[in-house]
Amino acid sequence: MDGPRPPGDDLVSVLTDLRGVVASVVDPEIPVLTIEDLGILRTVEQVGDRVEVTITPTYSGCPAMRQIEEDIVAALGREGFEDVDVVVAHNPPWGSDLITPDGHRKLREYGIAPPTHITEVVCPQCSRGGPRLVSGFGSTACKALMVCASCGEPFDYFKQF
Amino acid sequence: MTETITASAPQGTPVPDLGDRVTSLVAHADDNMVLAQRLGEWISNAPDLELDIALGNIALDHLGVARALYTQAGDVEGEGRTEDDFAMRRSEREFLNVLLVEQPNGDFAQTIVRQVFFDVYQQLLWAALADSDDDTLAGIAGRAAKETAYHNEFSRSWLERLGGGTDESHRRAQDAVNGLWRYTSEITSDEWMRVITRVLHVSGLVVPDDPYQRSGGRQGYHTEHLGYLLAEMQWMDRAHPGMTW
Repeated sequence: MDGPRPPGDDLVSVLTDLRGVVASVVDPEIPVLTIEDLGILRTVEQVGDRVEVTITPTYSGCPAMRQIEEDIVAALGREGFEDVDVVVAHNPPWGSDLITPDGHRKLREYGIAPPTHITEVVCPQCSRGGPRLVSGFGSTACKALMVCASCGEPFDYFKQF
Repeated sequence: MTETITASAPQGTPVPDLGDRVTSLVAHADDNMVLAQRLGEWISNAPDLELDIALGNIALDHLGVARALYTQAGDVEGEGRTEDDFAMRRSEREFLNVLLVEQPNGDFAQTIVRQVFFDVYQQLLWAALADSDDDTLAGIAGRAAKETAYHNEFSRSWLERLGGGTDESHRRAQDAVNGLWRYTSEITSDEWMRVITRVLHVSGLVVPDDPYQRSGGRQGYHTEHLGYLLAEMQWMDRAHPGMTW
């Protein structure tokens, strides 16, 4: 950049990087999704040497949340930030509509049908509709188990929530 | 049967007065904590794999709600008590859960009836608390409302299958309703009664006419079952004081 830079410019770029570092943390249960894709990363703020990260839990009982908190602390630690505070904000509550379009695409490619109304679900393998619900509860709190009526492939469906 | 029966709190539905804010948060947390522990007992014991996963998942949701509410109770109280202090370091007389949730799992029908009764109560509660002045509580309630609706779909559909299934499943479901009815005065309301009456009717079951009721859970007076449940739940923390997970 030419000429004198406006005050605060450095701070802004550091903040942007910090968010990038935190945003790259992945969900331990669905490692193709970052916490940004999932829509649970609210804010990343730096106050002096301290970094405060605010996240919103998905399901009440999701055991991945603790791991995500630890992974955020570790990711910032690798960048030299030792003083990290992860704040859990419950309001407004998380909903599956916060998953980004990029997140939807990644889920599909990973073999998980992204959240949509259950009558609109298409098979992530053959892209045909009309799958049958096998179990309303699946391998994690966020998923149900379905089977495709066309190709016969069983698959996970990320519940609309 | 595909009839949709929804529990929705009519405008101005009162939130039960359980005492001050901390006490109230702890009481609601205790309901969820104790039921989570009960449902967890089904893991590896459920009638089939799908039910095992379902009951385990529902237990986890209840546990998560309890943890969030205990943490909020500690924050509001401001004396540094953590979720573990509330869950692991209080005695039976200090637990304020309703008697219904501490009742043993019994057979599958009893577990399902207990769940239907509690799910409908929770749906009404979360709808009322979603407008709470306490922002955090409102957020916890907003999320729990969606989870509870999902639990209720599960529990109600199973009650219909049990009630309308074989003679034996019908008999067991009605026995469970009769046996647990005495623990409903702590969770009932006009709306609860309306929904439950409808749910039982659709399932081919009847509302018991036995007026006998037991209560006291909200004051810390429990049935004989809670102590054993807490003994199992708390033993590790009591055996190794100050341990961390």
